[in-house]
Amino acid sequence: MNSLKIKEIIKIKKENQYVKTIFFKYDENIKPGQFFMIWIPNVDEIPMSVSYIKRNIAAITFRDVGDATNKLFNFKIGDKIGIRGPYGNGFKLNREKIIFIGGGTGIATLAPAIENAYKKKFNIKIIIGFKNKNELFFDKRFGKLINNLYISTNDGSIGYHGNVTDLAKEIIKDEDCLIITCGPEIMMKKLFELFNTYQFQASLERYMKCAVGICGQCCVGHGLRVCLEGPVFDATMLKNIKDFGKYKRNESGNIKYF
Amino acid sequence: MVFGGNLIDISAKIGSIKIKNPTILASGIMDQDAESIKRVFENGAGSIVTKSIGLKPKKGYLNPTFVELEHGILNAMGLPNPGINDFKQEIVKIKKYGIPVIGSIFGSTSKEFIDLALKMQKFGVDALELNMSCPHAKGYGLEIGSDPDLVYNIISNLKNTVKIPIFVKISSNLTDIIKLAKAIEDSKADGIVAINSIKAMKIDLTIRKPILSNKIGGYSGKAIKPIGIRCVYEISENVEIPIIGVGGITNGKDAIEYIMAGASAVQIGTGMYYRGIDIFNKICIEIKDWMENNNYKKLSDLIGVAHI
Ligand SMILES: Cc1cc2nc3c(=O)[nH]c(=O)nc-3n(C[C@H](O)[C@H](O)[C@H](O)COP(=O)(O)OP(=O)(O)OC[C@H]3O[C@@H](n4cnc5c(N)ncnc54)[C@H](O)[C@@H]3O)c2cc1C
Ligand SMILES: Cc1cc2nc3c(=O)[nH]c(=O)nc-3n(C[C@H](O)[C@H](O)[C@H](O)COP(=O)(O)O)c2cc1C
Ligand code: FES
Repeated sequence: MNSLKIKEIIKIKKENQYVKTIFFKYDENIKPGQFFMIWIPNVDEIPMSVSYIKRNIAAITFRDVGDATNKLFNFKIGDKIGIRGPYGNGFKLNREKIIFIGGGTGIATLAPAIENAYKKKFNIKIIIGFKNKNELFFDKRFGKLINNLYISTNDGSIGYHGNVTDLAKEIIKDEDCLIITCGPEIMMKKLFELFNTYQFQASLERYMKCAVGICGQCCVGHGLRVCLEGPVFDATMLKNIKDFGKYKRNESGNIKYF
Repeated sequence: MVFGGNLIDISAKIGSIKIKNPTILASGIMDQDAESIKRVFENGAGSIVTKSIGLKPKKGYLNPTFVELEHGILNAMGLPNPGINDFKQEIVKIKKYGIPVIGSIFGSTSKEFIDLALKMQKFGVDALELNMSCPHAKGYGLEIGSDPDLVYNIISNLKNTVKIPIFVKISSNLTDIIKLAKAIEDSKADGIVAINSIKAMKIDLTIRKPILSNKIGGYSGKAIKPIGIRCVYEISENVEIPIIGVGGITNGKDAIEYIMAGASAVQIGTGMYYRGIDIFNKICIEIKDWMENNNYKKLSDLIGVAHI
């Protein structure tokens, strides 16, 4: 059982104008790629990937996009959130050569997996994409680890001028590696089509309510629960998820095309 | 050669509906789309009840809609559903897959129930389940299902309009469950489903507030089984129509207990949280094992034995 725990915010880091990380004490096991349901009392409860996994500390990194994330964005040290989890399967670092490709806040989801792969001395490359240089985050965090960090911006204000999929096309020549991605689903779908002969893992997002696999809200493909059997799916599974890159269900369960 | 287990008959009959085993997926659990329903069916469920469907798309309550507790779970989803028109494509697919399906509907007036029932019948469901018991939906569910006269009227009108069997899902949150059960039988309904989740609340001590956004929710899972058993037993003492037992079933013995109390079949919801999606297969095996050890060959011989 994953009962709700109340956590005090012990540190806040502003990553850029739109993105913050909040840290709290946490000493149980978490796998990179797993997520928590974060309760913001009086506002909402929302899924958030774990973006830091340290000995006694965990964190979430989020973009201010709506009511709940805005409230979180304005929280101060000492304010309290509820957490339940960690939920989901997490990434499988089952290759020694890994290319991580992230877009937007999806990069937060990849970060603990990248640090894990680095600790294991795997051969890694990181490709991350942003709208412009003001949206950059975690570039220093990754830059400290490796030299193979590639950045794209849509307006060319820093790094490669273009989107992350085009940059990936230029960089990835090597068939014998695992691609791990998290970001906008259209981006991940494009990558999946481009690199269809590669080992591949993508972390999906769907509207979540129970997060334990019973309400059916987050189901994709042939009844796979993103909260339980996901959020990370590999190439074999993605091939059978016809919704991937096509549509999502909203809170009511109606299909909405991307 | 035929081995012992194969001689054991666990098929079930609820009025005119026959199913290969007595385990049915309860409404609101992994039943929002045809593919999920197919997956549950492939994991052994004898039949499936859909999510409760209304006339229009409904978002349900804001999160938190779900709390994990020590002996059960608490939810206040708020009847989220895509609306009957969008749900057509799911029913059509489910029937194409050949899955016996019971369409759950909720309305606030007799007319709404009739509109929904006619559409469900046209889409091809095998039977209907009227949700008259959701503990946390304003204007729906229990707010209708606690008035025996209103229940009688709604069902009688429906029975004059649709041909497929009608099961009525009721709550344990009633002062007189027998009165309601009798009204349902008088209205010519084909069966009673008991029970829905039970009105409950969880307050967090640090935040000092109820956790659910709706504050009040429905309690389900292990803790509520004795309440469900009592309800089924009391109903079965007082009416002749078939009963489907629901509430806190997680293993074969729980299912047998409901059947002994008078249920012809059982539904399983929260059990999936405890034992996974293949809980249906597991429970069927456990029922057969128990029957073999206790020299029963037909599950139907066990219905209501606790009353004799
Ligand atoms: C497994 C998972 C991990 C995630 N990890 C991160 C992360 O690390 N960083 C980050 O910034 N964002 C992450 N998200 C997205 C994040 O949950 C949404 O941005 C957040 O819920 C927005 O809430 P809001 O009230 O601020 O905005 P709203 O205006 O309410 O919603 C904005 C968008 O968020 C989506 N959303 C709202 N509630 C939910 C919900 N309960 N479940 C899923 N989506 C929802 C809406 O569909 C909408 O598209 C993750 C989502 C999932 C499913
Ligand atoms: C998440 C969740 C959603 C539910 N949604 C519905 C619903 O839409 N309609 C309904 O009649 N019952 C609904 N129920 C109640 C169940 O069908 C069932 O009656 C109740 O949970 C007791 O059985 P259980 O202990 O096996 O879960 C829901 C229960 C849960 C846990
Ligand atoms: S969020 Fe309920 S099944 Fe995934």
